[in-house]
Amino acid sequence: MGNRTFSIGGVHPHDNKISRECRIETLPIAPTVYISVAQHIGAPAKPVVAPGDKVKVGQVVAEPGGFVSAFIHSSVSGTVKSVAPRADLAGNPQLCIEIAVDGNEWAEGIDTSDTLVKDIPADNKAIIEKIRLGGVVGLGGATFPTHVKLSPPPGSKCERVIINGCECEPYLTSDFRTLLEKGEQVVIGAAILRQVMGNVPCTIAIEENKPEAIAHIKEVIAKLGYEGIEVMTMKMMYPQGGEKQLIDAVMHRQVGSGALPISVGAVVQNVATALAVYEAVQKNKPVIDNSVTVTGACFPHQANLLVRVGTPLRYILDYLGGLPDNAAKVISGGPMMGKAVANLDAATVKGTGALLILTEEETRRAPETNCIRCGKCADACPMGLEPFLLNKLAKANDVEALEANAAQDCIECGCCLYSCPAHIPLLDNIRMGKGAVMGVLRARAAAARAAAEAKK
Amino acid sequence: MSKLLVSPSPHIHSKDSTKSLMLDVVIALMPAVLCSFVFYGWREIVLMLVSVGSCVLLEYGITRYMLGKASTIGDLSAVVTGILLALNVPYTTPWWVMVIGAIVAIGVAKMTFGGLGQNIWNPALVGRVFLLVSFPTYMTTWSQPQGLFGADAVTGATPLGVIKEGLLQGASVQDLMGDYSYSQLLFANLGGSAGEVCALALLCGFVYLCVRRVIKPWITLAVFATVALTSLLFWGINPARFTDPLFNLLTGGLILGACFMATDYVTSPMSVKGGIVFGVGIGFLTMMIRYFGSYPEGVSFAILIMNSVVPLLNRWFHQKKFGRK
Amino acid sequence: MTNIIIWTIATITVLGLVLALVLYLVAKKFKVEEDPRIDDVEKAMPGANCGGCGFAGCRAFAEAAVKAPNLDNNYCPVGGNDVMAKVAAILGYEVKAKAPQVAVVRCNGSCESRPKVNDYDGAASCKVKAALYSGDTGCSYGCLGCGDCVAACQFGALSMDPATGLPVVDEEKCTACGACAKACPKGVIELRPKGPRGMREFVSCINKDKGAVAKKACASACIGCGICFKTCTHGAIVFENNVAYIDPAKCKLCRECEAMCPTGAIHGVNFPKPLDKEAVKARIADRKKKAAEAAAAAKEPSKKEEQ
Repeated sequence: MGNRTFSIGGVHPHDNKISRECRIETLPIAPTVYISVAQHIGAPAKPVVAPGDKVKVGQVVAEPGGFVSAFIHSSVSGTVKSVAPRADLAGNPQLCIEIAVDGNEWAEGIDTSDTLVKDIPADNKAIIEKIRLGGVVGLGGATFPTHVKLSPPPGSKCERVIINGCECEPYLTSDFRTLLEKGEQVVIGAAILRQVMGNVPCTIAIEENKPEAIAHIKEVIAKLGYEGIEVMTMKMMYPQGGEKQLIDAVMHRQVGSGALPISVGAVVQNVATALAVYEAVQKNKPVIDNSVTVTGACFPHQANLLVRVGTPLRYILDYLGGLPDNAAKVISGGPMMGKAVANLDAATVKGTGALLILTEEETRRAPETNCIRCGKCADACPMGLEPFLLNKLAKANDVEALEANAAQDCIECGCCLYSCPAHIPLLDNIRMGKGAVMGVLRARAAAARAAAEAKK
Repeated sequence: MSKLLVSPSPHIHSKDSTKSLMLDVVIALMPAVLCSFVFYGWREIVLMLVSVGSCVLLEYGITRYMLGKASTIGDLSAVVTGILLALNVPYTTPWWVMVIGAIVAIGVAKMTFGGLGQNIWNPALVGRVFLLVSFPTYMTTWSQPQGLFGADAVTGATPLGVIKEGLLQGASVQDLMGDYSYSQLLFANLGGSAGEVCALALLCGFVYLCVRRVIKPWITLAVFATVALTSLLFWGINPARFTDPLFNLLTGGLILGACFMATDYVTSPMSVKGGIVFGVGIGFLTMMIRYFGSYPEGVSFAILIMNSVVPLLNRWFHQKKFGRK
Repeated sequence: MTNIIIWTIATITVLGLVLALVLYLVAKKFKVEEDPRIDDVEKAMPGANCGGCGFAGCRAFAEAAVKAPNLDNNYCPVGGNDVMAKVAAILGYEVKAKAPQVAVVRCNGSCESRPKVNDYDGAASCKVKAALYSGDTGCSYGCLGCGDCVAACQFGALSMDPATGLPVVDEEKCTACGACAKACPKGVIELRPKGPRGMREFVSCINKDKGAVAKKACASACIGCGICFKTCTHGAIVFENNVAYIDPAKCKLCRECEAMCPTGAIHGVNFPKPLDKEAVKARIADRKKKAAEAAAAAKEPSKKEEQ
């Protein structure tokens, strides 16, 4: 039997894991960091520091701004310079806390030693509270607050925790290096997660192009003597690391449209998140740094760096020798779903997993030509949608038809645009259409809630 | 590096382009083209050049001078149409008839609808059927293969034509079939369109397209299966009146049509399910025309009829959506 | 032979009668009673079906207008006062005349004054671009230049000027339907009263950044210096969020603000003569001097009184 993968669509871009041999290296702390208050999905956090305040590493600088929100901690020690809007990587103003760095003094209670803490506390509520206080969010890219995900709504039951180690995006290697270098911590993090969800079985899913990681994690599980945690080798296929796709691949269950993974009994967490959970629970260390792959075929100094949250992107690139002359695009994240950076002065956030540098030839889009109705987009779509149709409807802004054709199910994985031989900007338009449908759906849900309340 | 490029994701793209796909189709057609050259000689080479040349020139002229847009000949789709058109007529066709065919194929069937991707019917087939109806003498005077340097053409009828004619005169299929052997049909055909000459060469091209993932095999396989099953049924009932499945599979341009014309992206359904229905329709209609129609051959008409239904098939048959019933 | 003819005639006659009866019955059963005034109103409309009135088309407007108790919320910007007068006559309503409007592009950040800092490579749509990032110049408020407004205009009144990269409104063709203003994700386009003989004065910038930031991004940005506000003697300038706005209801078209604006963000159009900046500046200086003198003069007698 071959390795598992999801059942619909998918594409095979070349995996280009150029930086796979680079060990995770700690980046020297930047002289000034800019910590955004909107580093997660949900309400932005509320700053609790003012200019002039002294802060230590790991000290809370912003508190959750709602139920779906997260704590934000200072990633450095120093003085708060300002709390003001600053252009993010897309150039849009975002409230940031500017901190001038002075030394590296950690807040009290944080265990900064390298000793492995194996004993997991028994009180699940205390664990979730520690995860919440640690500001842990999904570090795979979606940055959904982890404590919310771990508190499923009443009536739903978790049957399996899946640790996502697919790293199906080409170029990225930070999760791979984390598995190799911090395998014990990740596995303990996984054990914590499965205990919290009610001692359910746990699967660590790793794609077949990372055999070293698969072997290493198997070894670690055996060494730690954990039961109920298994490693599953996955077929190489993009977007395997998509939450819905991974659940389909591992459990052969499909999450319905608009439903949460918990509706089919699954909770998915990324490798980096499992590590953050370990650090928050066992070491009291909040999320103040994360590993960032800096790579690209044209980039002379491949690296996997441990970067403090809020480090300016330009500082990271300059540390590695600056951008080469033929670099045309810098991407925060992978080549399929990452965001193009418009402003190199922007700072990293918790979800920054990679900086990818591409040349003009590698990334420039070819001119759009007529659709030849080849259906390659529909074959590639992992959600079974028909991008050629959605593209047309989105351009006509036909929201009703977009909804009927499930534009809201689009996961924006980019397979359609990737595979289109006519180079039609399918996803660009579909994303707009999806936004319109989501707006209608939200308005409808709000109206339904209001009507229900009016009845009461 | 002065300005950073900014674009929505994804930031990398597959190497496929319309041109590369069309180039693959041209490569896949090469064995059949070479076979036709070998069997029919210089007249076929000239015909091929006239067909491809006039298709490309017409497309260039129409896009540049009538529509005032950038020329689209670079995508090679006109080349594919030209090759298919030349493979679809007998090699004895005069060159000016070929040009008229190209005018109809490119000018009428393709460009009036807005060019590549917009046409409803396969351009090469529209060209062919137009010629078939307008110049029946040229189009049904099938010539025996003469070899690369053969002398003047010797004309004769196609196997399907012979049988249709014979049946009308009261002969039985068994008597008429005595003239043909299957290996003859498979490797080195008898009279017919240039492209029908070697079934094996066409199948090689089809396999190439499937391996390169240019096309999916479902449409073609559905056509073959339906033709085989339908003729098996009729042949089983009355072998004296109806021809057998293998004969039907190997004659009359069925392979050319099913492998290269029915699978044309533009004029076939998007979904696998739709494609299978499309293929079954083509196979069934072909057999009905062959058995009961007045034309000996029905693949062209069957494909064109099913082309017309494609918008409906696209509306009815969708892919299975993730997590939905 | 005769027999056949008779039969044919008889069959066709009977068939015709039966079908006529069916048609009559169906038409009767499914007949929709409609106010005949709807048709009249629709005929009076321009028939562009542009949606500028807020309804799906001219027919929808007519239906709504007939149902509505007055015409306060129904106004056809394309047809203007003439059409509305006709509609009002049909329905027997009063209609308030509105000043004719025109679309105005409130961004003058041409390629020259607003250099690009990065390069966009995606679908040629302002909507897509706006969702992606702040734009390819330093200004995150200005025109994105992909021409969504041009595509939205049904009257061919908008075109992109390749030299400036900004849309240009053809005032003759513009009907003020507002489709472009709706299509612009940055809200750069505003509908303003056309003004007497088309003359109008407006701030062609909506940049809310602080002066230094705005100036760095675009040489012709409104930098929020407030000079226009201090100059204006009619109280026509509203100054908010680091950007000035000229209230068309109060503007007297004196062009003083335009002359004083340090970045040239204030535009005056359709004036018979080009603006003589120096003359206007001299006039303002003169007036200020006189005012100062008058103030001084006013003070002196009061001082005397005190003494």
